[in-house]
Amino acid sequence: MKALAAVIAVVVMIAAGGLGAAYPLKLATLLAMYATMASSWNVIGGMAGYPSFATAAFFGVGAYAGALAQAAGVPMPLAWAWAGIVAGVVALAVGWLVLPLRGHYFAIASLAVMIVLRQIATNWTGLTGGGMGLSLTVPTWDTLTQARVFYVGQAAVAALAVLVAALVSRSRLGFALRCIRQNETAAGMLGLNARRAKTIAFVLSAALVGPAGAIYASATSYIEPGDVFDSLLTVEPIIMTMLGGPGTVAGPLLGAAIFLTLEQTVWANFLSVHAAVLGVLVIVLALALPNGVLGWRRAA
Amino acid sequence: MSAVLEVRGLSVRFAGLQALSEVSVVAAAGEVLGLIGPNGAGNTTFINAVSGAVKSRGRVEFEGRDISGLPPYRVARLGLARTYQIVQPFPAMTVLDNVAAGALFCGEGLSLAQARARAEGVLERVGMAAVARVPAASLTLAQRKRLEVAKGLAARPRMLLLDEVNAGLNSTEIEGALALIRSIAAEGITVLLVEHLMKVVSGLCDRVVVLHHGRLIADGTPGDVLADAAVVEAYLGRRYAERAGV
Repeated sequence: MKALAAVIAVVVMIAAGGLGAAYPLKLATLLAMYATMASSWNVIGGMAGYPSFATAAFFGVGAYAGALAQAAGVPMPLAWAWAGIVAGVVALAVGWLVLPLRGHYFAIASLAVMIVLRQIATNWTGLTGGGMGLSLTVPTWDTLTQARVFYVGQAAVAALAVLVAALVSRSRLGFALRCIRQNETAAGMLGLNARRAKTIAFVLSAALVGPAGAIYASATSYIEPGDVFDSLLTVEPIIMTMLGGPGTVAGPLLGAAIFLTLEQTVWANFLSVHAAVLGVLVIVLALALPNGVLGWRRAA
Repeated sequence: MSAVLEVRGLSVRFAGLQALSEVSVVAAAGEVLGLIGPNGAGNTTFINAVSGAVKSRGRVEFEGRDISGLPPYRVARLGLARTYQIVQPFPAMTVLDNVAAGALFCGEGLSLAQARARAEGVLERVGMAAVARVPAASLTLAQRKRLEVAKGLAARPRMLLLDEVNAGLNSTEIEGALALIRSIAAEGITVLLVEHLMKVVSGLCDRVVVLHHGRLIADGTPGDVLADAAVVEAYLGRRYAERAGV
């Protein structure tokens, strides 16, 4: 019930922002994007307990896949969907290779995926524009209409991400992922093909982040490797999920809202040292609430 | 009786240590086969190799099918279940869900609800229905050992590899465990039992094989094997032999 209340509160925040002017609309769009990234990371990181640092890799792949599709004349919504497919296919290939690794080894390998993809995007200038970046042509609506279109896109992807997380959590796959998190060896000995279950989770996670990256690319009209393959994009969804409650459906959503609130408050009050202040706040919260806000509420 | 498990020339090497050397063992359908030997003899390694948990050389056939080199999940899905000497629960999950996992992953394609329904029946059978809703982490050692067996039974296996299910239990708990193993065998499930308690071995097993330094040194009825001079020398000790009058 408390988790449901948290979901409703965040949905109301996103919806209310969408009805507002430029700044609330921007915040609501950002919150929806954060919710997507945290919810999708939670499928592999929270449910299966695999600490993936590859979120930015799939965000970047989605951004470039969407941008290139739009450049090829694909309508914007189809380009966003295409970005999800491309990110999912890349995750399938990469996941099959790195998911047999466990713990720190997997974490480092997943981080390397992001670094390698950033290098590819930087050096494959013929396709991506390299360090010069890639400009996108978006429909010439007025600024507010454009912002609303991107808001609707991010909100729809966020809704899909939360829906997928909820369905996975209640399914055989979700049960299998929880078993993997607690004792992968024992799960395998009972007949679970753990590699397959982890790969499905990894692909789902990437396929949801990909469209978020593509919409971000459309919204900014310009991307370059350092912007979309940014290590902060990989760390933030983990922080959000930990703040809200890993392994739960509502936790990442709530964590995204808490993180955005902290981020905006710190930006407004500590502009020159915002990253340091935000870091300290996150550490304090993590120490105080090791199982996230929902974990704390369950224990209370 | 036909062979359910047929192991030929099984060898396992860990870096410089030869853990198993050319071990050949056959388990007949429905029998309780004891696997004994001193600590470090290769008993658990044998179970690990048969269940696919460690790489091995040699040939392992289960119900006439070559399962050598198969990953553990595929071996389990063929109907060969196992337990661990050091119990391996899903600690934060309920006892019911621990057992349901055995039913869910065994390859029958059960839904979660069907797996949980089967788990209820298994818990009733092993006498753990009262703790079905508690987290596995809160169980006693005896209950955790029993939970391991329940997880295996939920898969409806044709053979069960039990690795020291009585280790660390008191005499009352051991009696309960023996009754459970007898009931499993009575159902026609072939059992391979790694055990150090000779009272259990002689009271439960139809046949016993003995490992020493990774080699098979005896194979026969409990009476013959426990009186075997090589087994007494390597494992049981002369004092045991004198006390037992062998």
